[in-house]
Amino acid sequence: MSVTEQGLLERDKDTMTLNMGPQHPSTHGVFRVILEMDGEIVKTAEPEIGYLHTGIEKNCENKRYIHVIPMTDRLDYLNPPGNNLAFCLTTEKLLGVEIPERAQSLRVIMCELARIASHLVWLGTHALDIGAMTVFLYCWREREMVLDLNEEVSGVRMMTSYIRVGGVAKDATRPWLDGIRDFIDYFPAKVDEYELLLTNNPIWIDRTQGIGVLSREEAIDWSLSGPALRASGVNWDIRKSHPYSGYEKYSFDVPVYQGGDIYDRYRVRIEEMRQSREIVKQAIEKLPAGDYKTPDNKVSLPPRETLDTSMEALIHHFKLVSEGISVPKGEAYVPIEGPRGEVGFYIVSDGTNIPYRVKLRAPSFMAIPGIWELTYLASQEYSCPT
Amino acid sequence: MSENKIIERIKEQFGSIVIDNHDFRGDQTVTVKKTCGNEFFKFLRDDPELAFNFLMDITAVDYFSKKDERFEVVYHFYSLNHNHRLRVKIPVSLEDCIADSITLLWKTANWYEREIWDMYGIKFRNHPNLRRILLYEEFKGHPLRKDYPITKRQPLIGPLN
Repeated sequence: MSVTEQGLLERDKDTMTLNMGPQHPSTHGVFRVILEMDGEIVKTAEPEIGYLHTGIEKNCENKRYIHVIPMTDRLDYLNPPGNNLAFCLTTEKLLGVEIPERAQSLRVIMCELARIASHLVWLGTHALDIGAMTVFLYCWREREMVLDLNEEVSGVRMMTSYIRVGGVAKDATRPWLDGIRDFIDYFPAKVDEYELLLTNNPIWIDRTQGIGVLSREEAIDWSLSGPALRASGVNWDIRKSHPYSGYEKYSFDVPVYQGGDIYDRYRVRIEEMRQSREIVKQAIEKLPAGDYKTPDNKVSLPPRETLDTSMEALIHHFKLVSEGISVPKGEAYVPIEGPRGEVGFYIVSDGTNIPYRVKLRAPSFMAIPGIWELTYLASQEYSCPT
Repeated sequence: MSENKIIERIKEQFGSIVIDNHDFRGDQTVTVKKTCGNEFFKFLRDDPELAFNFLMDITAVDYFSKKDERFEVVYHFYSLNHNHRLRVKIPVSLEDCIADSITLLWKTANWYEREIWDMYGIKFRNHPNLRRILLYEEFKGHPLRKDYPITKRQPLIGPLN
């Protein structure tokens, strides 16, 4: 019999069963943990994760490739460009199309800005949960700037759908590029400010250092990826090990810490924000001229002005609008480095314009069972000081 | 170890169970019989030339009437030491809808196998806790099967107590 079936509160034992969550969908982390408590010590923690399940994979199997892209935005509202990119890279791998360099750079800029925004949300809410209201407000202030930049280039603040199969939705605009230049000048001082508030703060250290330690072996055993893995001393970043979208052209460091505790996961993310800013800076400086989408008219729409003069362009336009992209038969998997770890799409195509199977490999799905063990470990060593 | 040697190495040791292999667009893929058992997966993990210490993903595909065996369980492995990847596919029929659990080899498999049971109704032998993970226990059917209509709705039920 599970803990749920026994009822939420039992008093006939020394321990108390307590229901944590589920929170409202607008709050971060809609998930429920059934805790067995002995006083302030958590004895067991059983996670329940289905609250945000919306059947997106089933939906994807009934939509054309182009229609899947807005759905990938909604998989993770902190990293829409990354999800778009993973889906588009997989589809492009099946199609075998080459992406122009300018489009690749624009993709990298979007993804790295999303990484910064995602880490800001993580830092802000994490600090808020521990009681640091100031950091939360500061992080939201900078995130707002990234969302404004998203709006400038794609028309939408969060669910950008900017990265498309074959390239990006539209070319970079001057206000967007100027806005990014302002942002990369402004941002480093702000990261220093967060560090000033937290890194040497005794309360922060007391509540994060040595808590929830995941050793290198455990992290590998749980197949973790992203910052959680790198905080446990494993130097693995897909942007370095399997560069995609031209990441090999940028010089940046992959922060690795050995502690494996919450404090080191914090330090990894802080440093990653700085490195992401470096990548955006280099991408902006070296932004190549050229097309922002592939000239292959079987994948992306021909330019509007050619429709009046070219019969072929008109046919391509008609076929793409009425039928969508037809993807050759086969299967492919492409992983990318998202803010939380490996985001990958596995797509099986049966040769039509609708994917036969779309599977998303989400990084946090694997982090939660890790946390399940972790919370248990953490509670053994630490209880909240009064 | 170059990528095309992965499949050769597997064929050397487990040639009798390999049904098919391909490297479409550079994805090393091998299809093996369901009877491969845990020794095969243990070999993938422990063989120093393969060393697939990361299990990135397990999923399933419902081929419905397209293939003789209706389902395929698909594993994605990654090796940190060699920086190479491998996809392993195992055909599973509707009549004998069960595969071997690899939870003992990779802890990660636990939730993925629960997800596949939830979505496709494929069982895993020796799984420690094979319950639904995303849907509720009283849900009828397995929604990612191709014969589950996309428009079908089931009433949500409240908690048992």
